[in-house]
Amino acid sequence: MSDFNPKIVAFVCNWCTYAGADLTGTSRMKYSPQVSIIRFPCTGRIDFMLLLKAFANGADGIIVSGCHPNDCHYSSGNFHARRRWIIFRGLLDFLGIDVHRVQFSWVSAAEGAKWAQLVNETAEHIRGLGPFTGYQRLRGLGVG
Amino acid sequence: MDALQNKAAELLVAKTVQVVIGYGRGSGGAARAVFIREASKAHSLIFDGTCRQNLAVYLMKPEVRQLGKAALVATPHALRTILQLAAENQVADGGLLVLAVPASGDEIVPLATFAAIEAHGAALDNDMSAAEKAELQKFSAMGLEQRRQFWEEQFSRCLKCYACRAACPLCYCTRCTVECNQPQWIPVPAHDLGNLEWNVMRAMHLAGRCVDCGDCSRACPVGIPLHLLNRKLAGDVFAAFHFRSGMAAKVDNAMSTFKPNDPEDFIR
Repeated sequence: MSDFNPKIVAFVCNWCTYAGADLTGTSRMKYSPQVSIIRFPCTGRIDFMLLLKAFANGADGIIVSGCHPNDCHYSSGNFHARRRWIIFRGLLDFLGIDVHRVQFSWVSAAEGAKWAQLVNETAEHIRGLGPFTGYQRLRGLGVG
Repeated sequence: MDALQNKAAELLVAKTVQVVIGYGRGSGGAARAVFIREASKAHSLIFDGTCRQNLAVYLMKPEVRQLGKAALVATPHALRTILQLAAENQVADGGLLVLAVPASGDEIVPLATFAAIEAHGAALDNDMSAAEKAELQKFSAMGLEQRRQFWEEQFSRCLKCYACRAACPLCYCTRCTVECNQPQWIPVPAHDLGNLEWNVMRAMHLAGRCVDCGDCSRACPVGIPLHLLNRKLAGDVFAAFHFRSGMAAKVDNAMSTFKPNDPEDFIR
């Protein structure tokens, strides 16, 4: 399994985690290249369907990250998102989908080092879990 | 049953309401919904053990709304549905007369306001039964892979007929995401991936709203126990946010509000 390079999709908010990831780069910190970052206006915009679409299109793991509680640019988007995640995780688990494939996090614009560590550790974790074939083989008929 | 028929006739004669939505006898001994608009037809109303459909589903149908003010024969689940619809600003206080029918069916309780429905509903047992709790417990005893296999087998039979959506009184969006094709969120053909996505979406969109009437499962032509998904999420919503849907007409709905200290242990 050591030669397996997981595909990780990171859904991040524009104001905190995206800026944090920028800081990681400008600080010249290296981190796992397995991650593809998708920028959103706010974690409140990160619909659970987007996570399902990422898995359906071959993601082995997902990172969802935004502003710390009380730091949301729109004051409450992350609080609403958190409620949704609490319920969504319960549903995934109930359906037999491994919730360890999705890592939720708060990374602020000042936490470049935390972002690097988060991506590295998530990449290692997903590498250990292996490819998410259980989900990917659902793609019957070649219709996404 | 006489009390119900007499009450319906009385309401229609006095023009208190324009239509009584109730149960009538359908084919094969089953109950079906009837829409009584003349007092002379009130004799076709029935109420017995076969009357299980949540008639509140019709309150959101435009063709029923245009019939005028309605009286609705309501089971305990329908009462909760009406309060949840009220909490979502979908029905107006006083715009509907509820005829609550106790299990015996031989007396009816007219409830004209949301406050009256709340008071009546509060006295009913709204918790899950022991059997229902045990049914959910079985899943926590199963392993992750067992659960996946169970639901994969169930969803493999899904036809994407959306009968669950049509039967659900709280699935009332005039344009559903499944009809949205730019982008196509839910694939049209009934294959495993799309079936899973549809059922996840249905459950998520009903989280904190479903009143557990079970009409989704009864409507399903291939017998998928859809209500289990809703019941699981209702339990999670109650555990995390202390919210139970359909208990009051004015509430902070679980999934459209938040508390700064909502409990979680998985965000790093």
